[in-house]
Amino acid sequence: MIAFILRRLASAVPTLFIVVTISFFLMRFAPGGPFNLERPLPPATMENLMRTYHLDQPLWRQYMTYLGNAVTGDFGPSYIYHDNNVAQLIGKGLPYSMELGFYALLLAVIGGVIAGTVAALKQNSLIDFAVMSVSTIGVTVPNFVVGPVLTLIFAIMLSWLPAGGWGDGSFRFLILPIIALALPQLAVFARLTRGSMIEALNTDHIRTAKAYGLPVRSVVITHAMRGALLPVVSYLAPCAAALLTGSAVVETIFTIPGVGRYFVLGAINRDYTLVMGTVILVAIFVIVFNLVVDILYGLLDPRVRHD
Amino acid sequence: MADRKETILTVRGLKVDFTTPDGTVEAVKGIDLDVHAGETLAVVGESGSGKSQTMMGIMGLLAKNGRVTGSARYRGEELVGLPAKALNRVRGSKITMIFQEPMTSLDPLYTIGRQISEPIVHHRGVTLKEAKKRAFELLELVGIPEPARRIDSYPHELSGGQRQRVMIAMALANDPDILIADEPTTALDVTIQAQILDLLKTLQKRFGMSIVLITHDLGIVKHFADLVAVMRRGEVVEHGTAAEIFARPKTDYTKMLLAAEPSGRKSPPADDAPIILEGRDVAVDYTLSPGFLRGGSSVFRAVEGVNLRLRHGQTIGIVGESGSGKSTLGRALLRLLPASGHYRFGATDISNFDRSAMRPLRRELQLVFQDPYGSLSPRRTVGEIITEGLYVHEPELSRADRDRRAVAALKEVGLDPASRNRYPHEFSGGQRQRIAIARAMILKPKVVILDEPTSALDRSVQQQVIELLRDLQAKHGLSYIFISHDLSVVRAMSDYVIVMKNGRIVEEGDTDAIFEAPKEAYTRTLIGAAFNV
Repeated sequence: MIAFILRRLASAVPTLFIVVTISFFLMRFAPGGPFNLERPLPPATMENLMRTYHLDQPLWRQYMTYLGNAVTGDFGPSYIYHDNNVAQLIGKGLPYSMELGFYALLLAVIGGVIAGTVAALKQNSLIDFAVMSVSTIGVTVPNFVVGPVLTLIFAIMLSWLPAGGWGDGSFRFLILPIIALALPQLAVFARLTRGSMIEALNTDHIRTAKAYGLPVRSVVITHAMRGALLPVVSYLAPCAAALLTGSAVVETIFTIPGVGRYFVLGAINRDYTLVMGTVILVAIFVIVFNLVVDILYGLLDPRVRHD
Repeated sequence: MADRKETILTVRGLKVDFTTPDGTVEAVKGIDLDVHAGETLAVVGESGSGKSQTMMGIMGLLAKNGRVTGSARYRGEELVGLPAKALNRVRGSKITMIFQEPMTSLDPLYTIGRQISEPIVHHRGVTLKEAKKRAFELLELVGIPEPARRIDSYPHELSGGQRQRVMIAMALANDPDILIADEPTTALDVTIQAQILDLLKTLQKRFGMSIVLITHDLGIVKHFADLVAVMRRGEVVEHGTAAEIFARPKTDYTKMLLAAEPSGRKSPPADDAPIILEGRDVAVDYTLSPGFLRGGSSVFRAVEGVNLRLRHGQTIGIVGESGSGKSTLGRALLRLLPASGHYRFGATDISNFDRSAMRPLRRELQLVFQDPYGSLSPRRTVGEIITEGLYVHEPELSRADRDRRAVAALKEVGLDPASRNRYPHEFSGGQRQRIAIARAMILKPKVVILDEPTSALDRSVQQQVIELLRDLQAKHGLSYIFISHDLSVVRAMSDYVIVMKNGRIVEEGDTDAIFEAPKEAYTRTLIGAAFNV
């Protein structure tokens, strides 16, 4: 198992390298630059800035420098947040985003799996129809609509919860953003679970379990659900990535000081280093979650167990 | 009828119907059955006869759209209409089941020890540890080698026969009164079939339970059952003691089922018939790759050192159990997978032909597969399916020409030409196999490799497909390689037989010589298992 994890981590290095390389050059080929403001800077100032940030050097040299620094954990200065470098910015924002993302993931998985299982067990009933309708809404309505609507109802009309901010960090501030962030993912989990659960309930070994008089609880939870969870587990990695990028919108709406806003601001302002930092962050999250998925998969299914 | 023992399961006027979008389908139309203590009742019938649905109905295992009415009394207790909770006291304890597919009937995610123990824990209220002890004894009882180690195995680590033994262990766990065996040997090799039936027989003698054997194969019933009920289209058409049914079958249907062996023989081609397909030193290796960033790989030799010469008009039967390499050999001869050796098609040496060089020859070298469900695309019409090859091999044909060819091909295989606008799921298994044959025949091939073309079919349909294949061969001067694990079908189809085991030829010769005077012990085992069960 340990050997498997080490092997997978080793194979993450070339993946990261390719991600970094592609995004570095893609970003540079995009028109504009970090200092192309609405009112152009005087040429002398511009030249000065370019020299300070080594942007006047040939592209391949900049690339090599970036790679060299990145390996040591130095992701360069941010071009728009002058007081901080990229590592500091991400380091400050990440705890907020991770807390938010963790709860959202928890809500999405638990809520989605329960809703999907209930829908599968009561296939074509009113409950099934209700779960599927709500999940269609969850998938189709974007969170920049869900967020403000939640705020309107629960913060402004009912005054139950704060409308935004982090406050003292108490859970009350987190409830609405968690719901807004989790809803689309919860809907996906519900749909996935429903589908795979219906399939699992129709397998021959479930028929065997019933033929041997096992109680419903054992048939559904022990036998059907374990098999049905496999496709659900596979979705964890794309879900983690989606939560991270989804936080860009949700954190902005609820004014939470996480890393989400850097995705947007970095890209709009051509803040090369900040964009690279966020790209690497997302890549690491996806790689780690893929590893988690594979380990969970092995635990659930002996046929793919790693020695 | 002689005096019978106490009746423990009495079925009266049992009906099973299914609600479908096209209306109600009556699968079982009010049947009566009696199961006597310690005896075996065989319920025999072809697919769609309702034999399985009868038992599923009694056990409360019908699909959601199924409904069972009538009466099934187990020792006086009515089972039909019993809520699941009450039924759970009986099923898995007093009445247990084993199924056709030992692969899928066990949960792939739990060890077999755990799966055998679960019903014991549930029905006897013992701890998992005590149940495991019982599971170990049971594994020993059903003849699983090294039960101490195997108890922690997962189903995928066992062979088909072992999995069926595990199912039997599970069925015996709570000392049942009745064991329902639903086609318990259909998915297994012939030699394993015989072992499983022997095991059931021995265990019945020892524990005295009744067995309900559901099967399509009247052949295996003879030495196994006390009573036989023959079912057709949801009704019991004949019932009596096994001796009566075999000695004096009353209905034509039973007589047809009894004629288990397909009739007819194929005479060999003339001695000077030219060789049309030849393979020398055929060997196929599969490399088992361990995956990215892991060193080493192992090689599995599926076929080794096989020589084969197919003459014009000849049918070579290749027999062997699963894993013997017979299908792989067929594909190697058609150059469909990487294989070493020398190959000739007619006068052409095709040993070094790559895919594009083989393409023009493909129309003359066709392949028909076993599974008529899996090998036809469900989203294309029959017309599209059978004319697809014409686009590649006769691109000059107009739409109208192709349609004419499709009509002719369907007529030739005995299907209504109007069926070319319908989809595969609208046809029965036998009809689908005819479609698959039409797809091969439309290209006017010289050599056709038939890979278990009749194995998924009922006996009566099998006979028709065999006759069709023999007629087509005579009419068009085709040469066949007929791959099958079913020796009686091979006997009716081929004039030369090759027996394979573990990728090698064990024995070969003219059909009559092989069947009447087999030299090798392995061939004798196969023949014995196939014809004398």
